[in-house]
Amino acid sequence: MTTTVKVPELPKRKKKLYAQDIKDRFISIFIGIFAVVWVFPIVWTLWSSLRPYAEIRAGGVFSPPQELGVFNYTEAIDRMQLPTYFTNTVLITLPAVFLILLLGSLIAFVVTRYSFKFNVAMLLLFTAGNLLPPQLVFIPVFKLYLLLGDLVGDRRFLYDNHWGVILIHVAFQMGFATFVLSSYMKTIPKEISESAMVDGASVFTHYFRVMLPLLRPPLASLGVLMITWIYNDFFWALVLMSTDNKRPITSALGRLTGEFVTDYNLLAAGAMIAALPTLIVFFVLRKQFVGGLTLGSTKG
Amino acid sequence: MSVETAAPSGKQVARRRRFFTRQDKITLGFFIGIPTFLHIALVWFPAIATIGLSFTYWTGIRFEDIQWAGTANYENIFFNTPIFWDAVRNNTIWILWFFFIATPLGVLLAYQIDREIRGHKLYQSAYFLPVVLSLAVTGIIWNFLLRPDGFVNGLLGLPISEAISFFGDERYNIWVIMIMASWRHIGYIMLLYLAGLKAVDGALREAATIDGATEWQTFRKVVFPAMKPVNIIVIVITIIESLRAFDMVYIIYGSSGGLPILGVLVFNNIAGEGASMKGAAYAVILFLLSIVPIITYLQQQFKDDVR
Repeated sequence: MTTTVKVPELPKRKKKLYAQDIKDRFISIFIGIFAVVWVFPIVWTLWSSLRPYAEIRAGGVFSPPQELGVFNYTEAIDRMQLPTYFTNTVLITLPAVFLILLLGSLIAFVVTRYSFKFNVAMLLLFTAGNLLPPQLVFIPVFKLYLLLGDLVGDRRFLYDNHWGVILIHVAFQMGFATFVLSSYMKTIPKEISESAMVDGASVFTHYFRVMLPLLRPPLASLGVLMITWIYNDFFWALVLMSTDNKRPITSALGRLTGEFVTDYNLLAAGAMIAALPTLIVFFVLRKQFVGGLTLGSTKG
Repeated sequence: MSVETAAPSGKQVARRRRFFTRQDKITLGFFIGIPTFLHIALVWFPAIATIGLSFTYWTGIRFEDIQWAGTANYENIFFNTPIFWDAVRNNTIWILWFFFIATPLGVLLAYQIDREIRGHKLYQSAYFLPVVLSLAVTGIIWNFLLRPDGFVNGLLGLPISEAISFFGDERYNIWVIMIMASWRHIGYIMLLYLAGLKAVDGALREAATIDGATEWQTFRKVVFPAMKPVNIIVIVITIIESLRAFDMVYIIYGSSGGLPILGVLVFNNIAGEGASMKGAAYAVILFLLSIVPIITYLQQQFKDDVR
């Protein structure tokens, strides 16, 4: 805000400012050129996805297009079974994000609104858990899922099942949500909680009627961030699922890469379709995404 | 209001809040219990179990089959698995590259964009774009540019028979991967740093400029020190991301080990046919390497709470 208030310039500093202006112009052009380079790979993939691969085989990558259209897209949707994978993604992402936000906010609520001795310890436990490498956790989780499956009498009870992937995402990302939401809740005045308690509100009412409505902004940011993360997750869906048809789109893409190498442009179309939801985040929900990202890393 | 004039100390408030009805106690129990149980059962318990299992031989899921191995798995990795050292080398390159090139570029970019140079909004979007894409999509996109009949080889005018194999040739592959990884990392760091810069008092910077400091001096002497908390987080994220790299390399090379890195090595040893407790040992090594950045991160974030 303060930068816009320009104090009348002193004459001897004018020259220096002018030099700075020219320098800024150069910096701007330089960053601009790089920005074009940055976006280019995506634009190129998009362009290629609109052309038949046969044309490129015949005339090289720079051959003028004879045929342009969305045929690769319709074929990709059809042959790569993209609707199935998208459904799988939704079945995993939505319940997972819902549970992460719910459980994360519950812990954050308790540790910031009630003074227990173990508050900081709890927060540490959750935040540190979130930072552990997933690989460190995998082997026992895998065996546990199989074991529970055997106990229930259905090997695919958790392993190779949407719920198995959902649970591990929830367990892991809850730590992040707790951390972010608790630092947000600390900024909500204690008086609000105190008056709720004086009014005789139960813990349940206090959470659902008083705190939850106040948490809408961070929940929205966190929700968008979590959707993007879980949507983009590759590792868990790869190791906890064995049936290809059950995999979500991102990890299915890995397999499709191997299967459709004969037609790169078809693959390009597939990748563009897979990128679509994240691009929506980019164009429509960027404020929430960036908000969620920075909320966690810089604390407020 | 009259209660407030009595100025209850923190301790008194705490004590007053301990009066819960039975129903409240049950509610609180559930509120804490369910998330904590899930988190411990699926994160902490498995993490500790993996550390224990890394000293054993175990295949299958029957507990009777577990055999004590001592440090055999680790010895195997350190002395009989040359690919481990290749991976260590590649991850080291990864860290150094991110630390000295990608992260500083992201910081610099954030600084310039924060100064609202011409076109800064557009630029910010351009650099932000790769951050939302999954690494799987990123892999496919870059493969498009770099494969034998792709854009770069076309630009160099090389026919397919003489095309440079960017992913296969050992002279290029690690650097190509570094560029791909930076493509995403720079935008990520830029976003984090931008948020931090927004919080720096503009008056500080203005004062420096009025005192005749150059742009570089202002950044180095005023802005950078004021950003200490964000700097620490950025460094930690840089190291953790470099150590955990997995998706992009896996998408391009699969399990082939064409470019060995720790993330893929662990994966190959814990999942699928190669699964053994050597994988657990690998995971523990990965964990030990990332423990310093993890603790640094926690210290930074919790220094106000633990006092």
